[in-house]
Amino acid sequence: MSNNIVLKKGLNIPLAGVPALVVKRTILPDTVAVQPSDYKGLNARLLVREGDKVLAGSPVLADKKNPDVLVTSPVSGTVKAVVRGDKRKLLAVLVDADKDQEYLDFGAAKDGLSAGDVKDRLLKSGLWTAFVQRPYGIVADPAATPKAIFVSAFSTAPLAADTEFTLGNETAALQAGVSALAKLAKVHVSVKSADSAFAKLRDAEIHVVKGKHPAGNVGVQISHISPIRKEETVWTVSLELLAAIGRLFTTGRYDVRRKVAVGGPAAAEPAYIDTLPGIPMSALKECYGSADGIRIISGDVLSGTNAGEDGYLGFYDTQVTLLKEGTEPELLGWARPFRFNQYSADHSYFNWCLGRLDKEVAMDTNLHGGPRAFVMPDSYYAKHLPMDIYPLYLIKACLAGDIDNMEKFGIYEVLPEDLALVEFMDPSKNYVQDIIQNGINLMLKEMA
Amino acid sequence: MNKIFEKGGKLYWLHSTVDAFETFLHVPGTVTRKGAHVRDAVDLKRIMIIAVIAAVPAALFGMWNTGYQHALATGADPRFWADLWFGFLKVLPLFIVSYVVGLAIEFASAQIRGEEVNEGYLVSGFFIPLIVPVDVPLWMLAVAVAFAVIFGKEVFGGTGMNIWNPALLTRAFLFFSYPNSMSGSETWIAMRKGETLVDGATGATPLSFLGDGMDALTNSGAQYGTGFWDMFIGTVPGSVGETSVIAILIGAVILLWTGVASWKIMASSVAGAIFVGGLAQLCGGTDIPCLYHLVMGGFAFGTVFMATDPVTSAQTDCGKWIYGFFIGAVCVIIRLFNPGYAEGMMLAILLGNTFAPLIDWYVTDRHIARKNRVVKAA
Repeated sequence: MSNNIVLKKGLNIPLAGVPALVVKRTILPDTVAVQPSDYKGLNARLLVREGDKVLAGSPVLADKKNPDVLVTSPVSGTVKAVVRGDKRKLLAVLVDADKDQEYLDFGAAKDGLSAGDVKDRLLKSGLWTAFVQRPYGIVADPAATPKAIFVSAFSTAPLAADTEFTLGNETAALQAGVSALAKLAKVHVSVKSADSAFAKLRDAEIHVVKGKHPAGNVGVQISHISPIRKEETVWTVSLELLAAIGRLFTTGRYDVRRKVAVGGPAAAEPAYIDTLPGIPMSALKECYGSADGIRIISGDVLSGTNAGEDGYLGFYDTQVTLLKEGTEPELLGWARPFRFNQYSADHSYFNWCLGRLDKEVAMDTNLHGGPRAFVMPDSYYAKHLPMDIYPLYLIKACLAGDIDNMEKFGIYEVLPEDLALVEFMDPSKNYVQDIIQNGINLMLKEMA
Repeated sequence: MNKIFEKGGKLYWLHSTVDAFETFLHVPGTVTRKGAHVRDAVDLKRIMIIAVIAAVPAALFGMWNTGYQHALATGADPRFWADLWFGFLKVLPLFIVSYVVGLAIEFASAQIRGEEVNEGYLVSGFFIPLIVPVDVPLWMLAVAVAFAVIFGKEVFGGTGMNIWNPALLTRAFLFFSYPNSMSGSETWIAMRKGETLVDGATGATPLSFLGDGMDALTNSGAQYGTGFWDMFIGTVPGSVGETSVIAILIGAVILLWTGVASWKIMASSVAGAIFVGGLAQLCGGTDIPCLYHLVMGGFAFGTVFMATDPVTSAQTDCGKWIYGFFIGAVCVIIRLFNPGYAEGMMLAILLGNTFAPLIDWYVTDRHIARKNRVVKAA
């Protein structure tokens, strides 16, 4: 199989506010949150009480179904509060961080670890949650044997963190991570070019994937490297957490510090920060000033979470995007011949033939229309989707809750993020990712 | 929106209507709730309005041609502005009836379903006057529009859910319910009360000579030209907007350049017509050159504006090729081998609409079978 994949379809959304390649600040806030909602498919059981002391790496949550799967604290400190919502649903565990961080020691690894040792250490340290299982995008089941483990070494999402900048000098940790994962299953790493810092990783098959977004989505890469079929599972790991796994095996510490890209049209000085997952968004106040009329997104603009000022940086997220809320009506919007202050890749606006498709636009959160039934044909929606599926058929199967057709049209191959561009471009303004997620939830329920 | 139009307000029953007018004037300040936080600026209104703009040249030509044909048939001197004005007065009522009846039903059904008014009818309502004979009685048009919108679209759930093209359904309803008003030589040329055709003039369209072969067409003795280029330019009688291939081609360029309509469907429909037309010519079934089929009757209008309807056409790329070819081929088959109807395009497209889901089913089924084979081989 060729290890060079060139994707013709795709779309890079030229959102304004690209983060400068410099670490502006280091943010280690007083309080850090552990949120069960970050971990899809995890049914959380609380392991700590208010006032408990924890170290970085001490378990905070466990999965009810697989008690071995733990979620651990990213900092050492004291459990300040357990936040619950309606019906006592567990929302977050807040930990007050100590001044001097202490790490639980999992022991630096010697050579010759067995697969069992690797698994055991990942489970104990809480880094098992780095494995996202496909199909369904849930935290991996330790009892399952995956076909392979996939890592995307770059992201093509709008304003995504540049991995060459954030992790280019951590290749030693990444190599330790890959070597450990290679004990569990075959590892595939996709890089964006052959001279990438990550193209030299050993113990893994390297694929060069070129193309516009969503070429950096691991789901798209899998569909071109080794598509998932019924009754197969694969695991994916983000590059950021692969480095954390590597650090676990070299230093024995649970260390999920990362460089996070803070960008977007509403960001004061788009740049990187050095921080931890779980920090409150209010710690970024200097980046956005007043939160009035601003949307604070943990993740990218296409599939990130609307965290708000009271929210927290997600466990898997390496970027924060700041957008203006688009609550202003636009007079004669759709009827104007040109709309240069808005972005449209559709040919009915003329950005595409005026060479303005790559021009940065300060987009806001306006929906730009009202909800409608799907009118445009499947081929219209497939325009920017470099996967071998019929997106509209899959969406309609999910809407109908038709399991057979969902299977046929590729529900095993996709996560909502893979169809984010379909949602972005939909002139009928449907919530496509939500529809796909509901389809996946139905599959999980029916297959259980 | 004012509070009285919101749910529980006194005028809630007008909610969809008010919303439709409000969003017509400006894009509302609605923000995304989940998923993709930013959205492309395109919406259905934009796509639909492009389709309407694309049909404007055909509509304008149709108005002029209505006056021109009237002048020819009554023996008057053709004068450009007078003909255009005559045609405008004749065609305008068709537009008014089409939009008033169609939109009223559309607004009412949107309100009943509690949805926003879909802009789909802006396009259908514009196309309907262009595919009917200019002298069709307005009450018939109103009944046909009501039938097509209610039973062709709303019962299925509105725009996006319909199986058949609503504009063509209107024409089909007229065609089968009031055949006397939809054929013969009195329909295609607009006449004032009391006017009669001058001696030797005919009200028949070029299509009606088709069955009798090339001789009948060239020596028809009609007051208008029946050559290839006459039909290409469009100075022949016919439905309002369907006669001029030039005007329709301008529309096709707009549709293709903006990506609103599928070039695959247009290309394969032309290919299908040439294939069957050419085969019939080679086998001696007819002496009409196959290219004539492209410029006669409603073929061009149907191929560009009707067959490419995104809702009722095939969804998949491969399916579009099959669907377009099917329509072009069936249209010419009906024209050549069916003594009953001169025009095959309307029925060909409606039949194509009917089979489009089946074509897509076949295409997706083959695709899935191929994917499964690859897995077994791997």
